[in-house]
Amino acid sequence: MADTPIVMREQQYHQIKAVLAKLRLDSSARVAFLVDKDGQQIAVHGDVSNLDTTSLASLAAGNVAATTGMAQLIGEKEFPTLSHEGERESIHISVIGRMLLVVVFDDRSSLGLIKLRVKQASTELANIFDEIVRESSKKNADEPSLFAEITDEDIDSLFN
Amino acid sequence: MTFINYASREINCKIVYYGPGLCGKTTNLQYIFDSTAPQSKGKLISLATETDRTLFFDFMPLELGTVRGFKTRFHLYTVPGQVFYDASRKLILKGVDGVVFVADSQEERMDANIESLYNLEENLQTQGYDLLNLPYVLQLNKRDLPNVVPVPDLTAELHRKSEPVIEAVAATGVGVFDTLKAVAKQVLTELRKS
Repeated sequence: MADTPIVMREQQYHQIKAVLAKLRLDSSARVAFLVDKDGQQIAVHGDVSNLDTTSLASLAAGNVAATTGMAQLIGEKEFPTLSHEGERESIHISVIGRMLLVVVFDDRSSLGLIKLRVKQASTELANIFDEIVRESSKKNADEPSLFAEITDEDIDSLFN
Repeated sequence: MTFINYASREINCKIVYYGPGLCGKTTNLQYIFDSTAPQSKGKLISLATETDRTLFFDFMPLELGTVRGFKTRFHLYTVPGQVFYDASRKLILKGVDGVVFVADSQEERMDANIESLYNLEENLQTQGYDLLNLPYVLQLNKRDLPNVVPVPDLTAELHRKSEPVIEAVAATGVGVFDTLKAVAKQVLTELRKS
């Protein structure tokens, strides 16, 4: 069976957005976004014009998955942070449990500042996400799913 | 894994196309990409070698429409089919909600199909999944070629449960959307159960 769905409520989404907004401001980054390890984008904050965040989320997850595989081959559990520095734009990725915090920045910031601010935001994000996971499994046990009402016709209509 | 976002009212699911090298996994995605309206899809990302063989994965996000007020987004992935990319295949199966096995119908690829299907079952197990309990579709591709194994024989050899079996010619689009529909339907049905 596939994993239990992760359900993110509106309030939790806004909490995450607030942490990302503060991180972006404090670190002078261009964009900060949260992705799960499977490549699903959870929340994003910043200047995303001309930025395909869906593709970036998927590639960031692939990147972390590949480097974690490499880490395990040399006896490490994972590499908790990854940085890619370009001529103008750079990316910093940090692993927070089952999530990835991806920060895109340019020369208005620096890698050192990004690392510092990311570390501060990580604990808050980890707490919020723990709550999301806890509630997702609790809801699953206690309440009938909202999606229990989905009919075959609903599903068929997607393909018409 | 399915991700439900109440704030943006979205359901995100992950579907992986699996199968032996050159069976047509990327061709399935390419056809879906070419035939979908621009507003329903994102970019098709292909991490391929210089000779256009899949190196890590292909990826495309596809929005199918709305169910009960929630936008349904499917993230479609392919794995690299070549045997030696097994480490990559394992990674891509993480968090999968549904699998399509694309079989190459040509006689000479029968062994490759069997090996790849066995590899799928094994890799799913290492990620904690069981193919028998996962939304799953068997696609018999390249039905237009002259040297194909008859459908009943191919099905008998490759089917694992009562999964939908769909004949296809991915290069011209035959069976491509039927396959996607069959797996997406199972994924959403699974969501209803959970």
